[in-house]
Amino acid sequence: MKINLKVWRQKNGNAAGKLVDYKLDNISPDMSFLEMFDVLNDELMHKGEEPVAFDHDCREGICGMCSMYINGRAHGPQTGATTCQLHMRSFADGDTIIVEPWRARAFPVIKDLMVDRSAFDRVVQSGGYVSVNTGSARDANETLIPRTIADEAMDAAQCIGCGACVAACKNASAMLFVAAKVSHLAVLPQGQAEASIRAERMVAQMDAEGFGACSFTGACSVECPKSISLDHIARLNREYLGAKITSEAV
Amino acid sequence: MNLESKIPEGPLAEKWARHKFGLKLVNPANKRKYEVIVVGTGLAGASAAASLAELGYTVKAFCFQDSPRRAHSIAAQGGINAAKNYQNDGDSVFRLFYDTIKGGDYRAREGNVYRLAEVSVNIIDQCVAQGVPFAREYGGLLANRSFGGAQVSRTFYARGQTGQQLLLGAYSALSRQIANGKVKMFPRTEMLDLVVEGGKARGIITRNLVTGKIESHSAHAVLLCTGGYGNVFYLSTNAMGSNVTAAWRAHKKGALMANPCFTQIHPTCIPVKGKYQSKLTLMSESLRNDGRVWAPKTKEDAEKIRKGELKPTDLKEEDRDYFLERRYPAFGNLVPRDVASRNAKYVCDEGRGVAATGLAVYLDFADAIKRDGRTTIEAKYGNLFEMYEKIVDDNPYETPMMIYPAVHYTMGGLWVDYNLMTTIPGLYALGEANFSDHGANRLGASALMQGLADGYFVVPYTLGDYLATIGHADKLPVEAPAFKAAEAEVKHMVDRLLSAKGERTPEEIHRELGHIMWDYCGMSRSAEGLKKAKGMIQDLKKEFWTNMRVVGDAEEMNQALEQAGRVADFIELGELMVDDALAREESCGGHFREEYQTEDGEALRDDANFAYVAAWEYKGDNQPEVLHKEELVFENVKLTQRSYK
Ligand SMILES: Cc1cc2nc3c(=O)[nH]c(=O)nc-3n(C[C@H](O)[C@H](O)[C@H](O)COP(=O)(O)OP(=O)(O)OC[C@H]3O[C@@H](n4cnc5c(N)ncnc54)[C@H](O)[C@@H]3O)c2cc1C
Ligand code: SF4
Ligand code: FES
Repeated sequence: MKINLKVWRQKNGNAAGKLVDYKLDNISPDMSFLEMFDVLNDELMHKGEEPVAFDHDCREGICGMCSMYINGRAHGPQTGATTCQLHMRSFADGDTIIVEPWRARAFPVIKDLMVDRSAFDRVVQSGGYVSVNTGSARDANETLIPRTIADEAMDAAQCIGCGACVAACKNASAMLFVAAKVSHLAVLPQGQAEASIRAERMVAQMDAEGFGACSFTGACSVECPKSISLDHIARLNREYLGAKITSEAV
Repeated sequence: MNLESKIPEGPLAEKWARHKFGLKLVNPANKRKYEVIVVGTGLAGASAAASLAELGYTVKAFCFQDSPRRAHSIAAQGGINAAKNYQNDGDSVFRLFYDTIKGGDYRAREGNVYRLAEVSVNIIDQCVAQGVPFAREYGGLLANRSFGGAQVSRTFYARGQTGQQLLLGAYSALSRQIANGKVKMFPRTEMLDLVVEGGKARGIITRNLVTGKIESHSAHAVLLCTGGYGNVFYLSTNAMGSNVTAAWRAHKKGALMANPCFTQIHPTCIPVKGKYQSKLTLMSESLRNDGRVWAPKTKEDAEKIRKGELKPTDLKEEDRDYFLERRYPAFGNLVPRDVASRNAKYVCDEGRGVAATGLAVYLDFADAIKRDGRTTIEAKYGNLFEMYEKIVDDNPYETPMMIYPAVHYTMGGLWVDYNLMTTIPGLYALGEANFSDHGANRLGASALMQGLADGYFVVPYTLGDYLATIGHADKLPVEAPAFKAAEAEVKHMVDRLLSAKGERTPEEIHRELGHIMWDYCGMSRSAEGLKKAKGMIQDLKKEFWTNMRVVGDAEEMNQALEQAGRVADFIELGELMVDDALAREESCGGHFREEYQTEDGEALRDDANFAYVAAWEYKGDNQPEVLHKEELVFENVKLTQRSYK
């Protein structure tokens, strides 16, 4: 296949960026999208030009590292998949593909297609855990957790922290990401004791990081590679409102 | 050099308890005065960093990804073993110990493996308390499955994402300690050297991957939790960034490297498609519980399939060879990984492989779907089937999956004693980075167990003993000459990589190294091939340093530079792997030497001469490494030839 690429190039966080055109001739439909970028980078390096910087690691849709905004969609045209799971067979011969980084105030660009998502880590640090020290756990089967509850927790816990939800949202809100974590722990008995305070702290940190407000358009859930459901946002809102009513902290 | 394993005296079942009691403790008020560096935040590193911080130590943790949550552990699919015996099917700590030591083909220490089985039960309790959503039965009890040929159901799992959920549990514990100020986290930071002074590990030199800044970090102890080196083969199921750099640079500073040739080739991966292939994807071992492995009986049929003239579903039952079931009637499709992989290779070597490349066999679910219904199969493997379809563009509910072996795990690693300390005092190695518990072959669902055992339940005890012995004043400031010298060395290496103005990219050289390793030090090895490989690797090393080119600057994000540094270390490691494979004149576990096999082609161990750990000592650039042997002592198990017939 022949592919025309327009790729966002930006030397570093302080430099201005722009879209640069590249043409690739020998692309196999069986290549993954990132392997297509490997080919581009190989060509660039042989010409003595700097390769395009982009985040990636597992290349199988689980680490959450890859993060490309492709033709106006986070992770590209395929739903329920990450950038690394996208294959060139999703495109036609001669297509023009525009590739940009995640765009959000809370995710500053580091270089080219690579952004800084450490805001997500700080949101988790603010309360995304159960406070239990190593060695203080009781037998795992002492608390019965019906399969339906465990499944519901797992549905939420699948979030890979990629940030596509933020990139897809016109307000760059992180609600789906935060809701997934709050929900995962709130439905489980182990997480209940801290459910309200967790919601409250995580939402406060999300706001402090500069993520936008949620206007419930649902774009996030559509682009989420793990298809995290909007129901979790509803649960987060419940936990959060509950927290506001009973909170001693606010 | 005297390799003291420090396995405690006494009966097997009492060793760990006695040892813990004998270890020195650090006074709680003093713990914060001790600084500990943890490199790596996978299961081993995140669990260790969190647990040590909870105890009160001051911790610095490092990873090269943008977040600790993204370590390669996240990719583990199948599950984690624990001797809970919740299923009442005869499991016990001793049975898990026995299976693991036998599975490792009797090349691991009894004491270590027993301890691993012993603490396995605590791991599950800990993870559940953190909120890890393991699979459950309708009544609310934890579900288990049998995995990788185990005769009991002792594997705990979270859909096909067990590693992810365990890591997110450890990451949440780590995050809590970061918030408490007990752990300072350095993401996008790569360790490039270890600082040793006065015979002790004193700290590390790092490069900030965003700014390129080279920095020194000092501590009382350094824990390497940096994962395995499978990417020495270029193509593997490991994440793209997985590398040996931290361990290798520590090796060059005096830490012995043990059994480097023990690598695991996993039988069920998606086959290679083209030259551009950048990594291989694992299809979980659990698939072999229901899938049947086969290849066409005749070369002619295989040829037609390769050309697309025949579909696998066209082939009648009698024209298929279910080769694992045929050769191993007792275990069938559930033989251990090394055996399954080797047999797939034989079949393809005979010209009976499928896919365009001829390097694939089938894993067929048709019978399972007929027996249990599509819904049941979908519930068990739905996400794996989806993943397969996304990559291969084939529907495994309708046509058999194609699989081929791929490099997956490395049993070898830094030599450690029972306390997980390397041969450098104050330097520890945890998780896949050490060599300790899996002998010559790792059983499924036991790496996650080992990583978490090391981090949650072993090192928090054993580290205190060392720290209490040295005292908190015994720390080197970063201004010390040893740090400055190491910084200068690292800067020199970076400059050297950037100044080469040759033709080839680090990626190309890495790929070439991978081919050499796969062809001569992969699924089967011979003295002749290994000798040839050694020469080829030495030539490649010259090529690397004379004809390579890295574009870009040192003072900013430069992924090609990162890769070049890692490839340089992989080349040196590759040569040592070949030496190790050559020196081990027997077949055991994942190490199959063609010269040493039984009449029917099974691995032939030589317990009289090779029941030892091979630990290699670095002697300088381009100097042969020196082999030290730690004899393995077996008092509780009888060494038998593994048989799965
Ligand atoms: C696809 C796949 C599936 C698997 N499935 C299973 C399974 O079902 N069950 C099972 O038991 N095992 C499984 N395994 C094996 C298991 O996942 C690994 O052995 C284990 O997770 C390794 O954990 P670790 O903590 O030792 O290292 P890793 O998780 O690899 O972590 C390494 C860490 O070190 C850091 N690091 C490395 N080098 C440096 C450096 N120089 N500087 C700074 N940081 C560095 C990385 O950033 C990372 O944080 C699987 C492996 C693969 C590849
Ligand atoms: S909610 Fe979905 S899109 Fe958002 S970070 Fe998680 S996995 Fe990515
Ligand atoms: S590279 Fe890991 S999810 Fe894409």
